[in-house]
Amino acid sequence: MMTMQSAGLLKTRATKPYLNPYVGGLFLGLVLFTAFFITGNGLGASGGLNRLVVLVQDAISPEHVDSVPYLLSMAGGDRNPLNSWVVWMVFGALGGGFMSGFFNGRLKFETNKGPQITKRQRWLLAFIGGMFMGYGARLARGCTSGQGLSGGAVLSVGSWAFMLAVFAGAYALAYFVRRVWN
Amino acid sequence: METFPLALTTLLGSTGAFVIYAIIGFAFGYALESSGFGNSTKLAAQFYFKDLTVFKVMFTAIIVAMVGIFAASGLGILDYSLLWVNPTYLWPGIVGGLIMGVGFIIGGFCPGTSLVALATGKIDGIFFVGGVLFGIFIFGETVSYIEPFFNSSYMGRFTLPEWLGLPTGTVVLLIVIGALALFLGAEYLEQVVGNKPMAELPKWRFGSAGALIAAAVLVVLIGQPNHDDRWNNIAETMGQKLADRQVQITPDELLHTIWDESLQTVLIDMRSETDFNQFHLVDAVNVASEQLGQIAKELQSIAPNTVVVLMSNDELAATAAWKFLVAERVVNVYLLEGGVNAWLGRFGEDLMLQSQTDGDDSMGWLLPMALGDRWAASLPHPEAYALLFDPKIKLELKRGPVAGGCG
Repeated sequence: MMTMQSAGLLKTRATKPYLNPYVGGLFLGLVLFTAFFITGNGLGASGGLNRLVVLVQDAISPEHVDSVPYLLSMAGGDRNPLNSWVVWMVFGALGGGFMSGFFNGRLKFETNKGPQITKRQRWLLAFIGGMFMGYGARLARGCTSGQGLSGGAVLSVGSWAFMLAVFAGAYALAYFVRRVWN
Repeated sequence: METFPLALTTLLGSTGAFVIYAIIGFAFGYALESSGFGNSTKLAAQFYFKDLTVFKVMFTAIIVAMVGIFAASGLGILDYSLLWVNPTYLWPGIVGGLIMGVGFIIGGFCPGTSLVALATGKIDGIFFVGGVLFGIFIFGETVSYIEPFFNSSYMGRFTLPEWLGLPTGTVVLLIVIGALALFLGAEYLEQVVGNKPMAELPKWRFGSAGALIAAAVLVVLIGQPNHDDRWNNIAETMGQKLADRQVQITPDELLHTIWDESLQTVLIDMRSETDFNQFHLVDAVNVASEQLGQIAKELQSIAPNTVVVLMSNDELAATAAWKFLVAERVVNVYLLEGGVNAWLGRFGEDLMLQSQTDGDDSMGWLLPMALGDRWAASLPHPEAYALLFDPKIKLELKRGPVAGGCG
């Protein structure tokens, strides 16, 4: 990205506004429908990241992976953690995000934050928030896409309970961290 | 004929299937980024009622996909039972969701949106992804301490129509109407808190809302396929298999299969409790035809090397049960040729059997005692007999996803 920016390739593209939320939702909904219609699976992200973590763990200490049943199911013995559809979906999503950023002039190294905190504080909070997110997503057996969107569209009771919990957790804490964002 | 979802790995091989998933992922990432989900301040504004984009995008996506899925299923081109429906683990899901909510408001992303933030060079997104990977690592290292909770309140494939006791179409319509009403509320909040006048929003959104409601009403009207429709969809091919006697296995093959250690055998005895108590095979379960729906649900999630064998006194009740299970997409289902009567004729020589008058699917032998499975013929040793048969059992892979979602 750096090289493309310095070569001036991206400067010609003006930053375009985001899609209307309902149009974006329709687009995302059609992608979700197509995923179910063709493959029988919905969308997912955290499961793919999970397998990337296990891939690294397996490279560093295969004995350890073989001794933990949860890890064993993904990378035990000669199993390859990359041998799962959700990993390839994650690679695809990275590519799609990049191309959308490219065509809409939004490829840019920047930090989005509230006006009252520094960049370093924002980075630290992002890392801590990510930790909660990663841990919670594995406990809930899916993230906002895998449980919320996908399970919601096929009417899973657990997914709807999960979605309410995510919004409840965020709204309950929002007041106390308002300085971060406002 | 329901042809979707496709058996991707069978059709394209695993590499081809992964390419399809990568293409879907590409569209997924593109949709997220173009909706503004790469920007953490836009995502977090959701929780201060200033910009409810997250809510609008998510629930528009859910209702569009939901209406599409159940319309396709109602029209008989998509088989809902082959879709991956996240199994419900109620409390781990709720607690995990609350923890994620905390992570969302502190960190500003969820895992999917942080991927597109990273891909477009957002530095806070890069840190967030690092945090997610670390959180996942911690979970993997500590899950053994919370295993009982992690696996608690398991309810299997449990859907809102089942929970509410309402037809699927009605639930779909209610969710669509509820979501549209909430969108209106969201726009009002944005006007009050975020200073975005509703009057400036595009008018086409009312027409679109009307179209969605109309589509949901259609889903109610066409309904969902019932059990008979599901059988009719496969009646031609499966009925042919029955007629060609490809699924009726002889007592010899059944005995061989029971002793085959590479296979698991589930024996389902469809006879009356009286007949069952007189004689049955070791490990057979007595099932009444009303219980088949529940049995089908359990068998759908069983290990892939399982062979299900149904039996009745002759073949009548077993054949009916076979049709039921096959229509419910249970794979590797067979029935015992000639039923328990034929089994006793082959292996029951120790029983001092007397032949009875043959009735309709009734016990063909008169047994001196009711010993259940304590007869020698309940589990004969295969080496005592020269087993001769043309093998008919061919293990077939399930077509639906066995572990999907965020597995």
